[in-house]
Amino acid sequence: MRVPWHHWTVDASTPVDYIALTRAQYDELGYPPYQWAERPDTPPWTPLRAPLAESKVALIGSGGAYLSGQVAFHWKDDTGIRRIPTSEPATDIRVTHFAYDLVPAREDANIVFPVDRLRELVDEGVIGGLAPTAIGCMGGIYSARRTVEELAPAIVAEVLAMRDAGEADVALLVPV
Amino acid sequence: MPTICLTAAYSITASVNPPRATFVDLPLGNTAGRPHDPEFQRDLLRRAFAAAEAMDEPGTITDLGVAWDGDGSWKRFATSTGVGTGDGRDDRNQRLDTPQYQYESDRLAAGG
Repeated sequence: MRVPWHHWTVDASTPVDYIALTRAQYDELGYPPYQWAERPDTPPWTPLRAPLAESKVALIGSGGAYLSGQVAFHWKDDTGIRRIPTSEPATDIRVTHFAYDLVPAREDANIVFPVDRLRELVDEGVIGGLAPTAIGCMGGIYSARRTVEELAPAIVAEVLAMRDAGEADVALLVPV
Repeated sequence: MPTICLTAAYSITASVNPPRATFVDLPLGNTAGRPHDPEFQRDLLRRAFAAAEAMDEPGTITDLGVAWDGDGSWKRFATSTGVGTGDGRDDRNQRLDTPQYQYESDRLAAGG
């Protein structure tokens, strides 16, 4: 749905308001409003224990990345995850998702799953390391219950196992 | 475990309210930068890591100050899904329940 300039953003410097935009699209189609997750309480906070230049980063992407050879995500509340070795070049990464334009990411998967760039930033010394495994998932889950009960615990278990194995100190989440 | 979220959807992130978020004013589907522009992508991530280190307030969203292009005109065509025809039809992709491969060769490689 293409929308006039003034509805979704005040001007070129204002972020697009996707909540307002989606609400209008659903209204126009006669659907009830989408119930976005609202978490007004102060989020839990774990301080960084060391500078990022000394920290290993675990990549988690929800743009539907999988490694060539793995089963692709389906688009109807697929709460699965894919373990993707970060030694693999981004040219071996595939993406599949129903809720964003896949054309740019299929040309350059780094824009939703920045493995090559993170390896380069390790070489530059910006981060101390990149966890050997990254997690891909397809974040277009309409069921908040299944996200909370299935997808999130699976991701948490993987990342905490990495932490306990000394492979990750910080998690970087790249949504789409 | 400390976490850092990138986001290209400011209002959604404000609602979800993660501990640390860094906002990029880029079209959906390009959260980690412009395609085929490795230095743009590296610069984005450097800014994100620097911003995350500087945060001390849970729920902070820092605008990284990156821009897609000179004039932001892409926002005129922003849609809730990144694709659309503008004629009022429901042009969202069908939520198919079988694996949706990028290439047919992926399907074969996965034994599908």
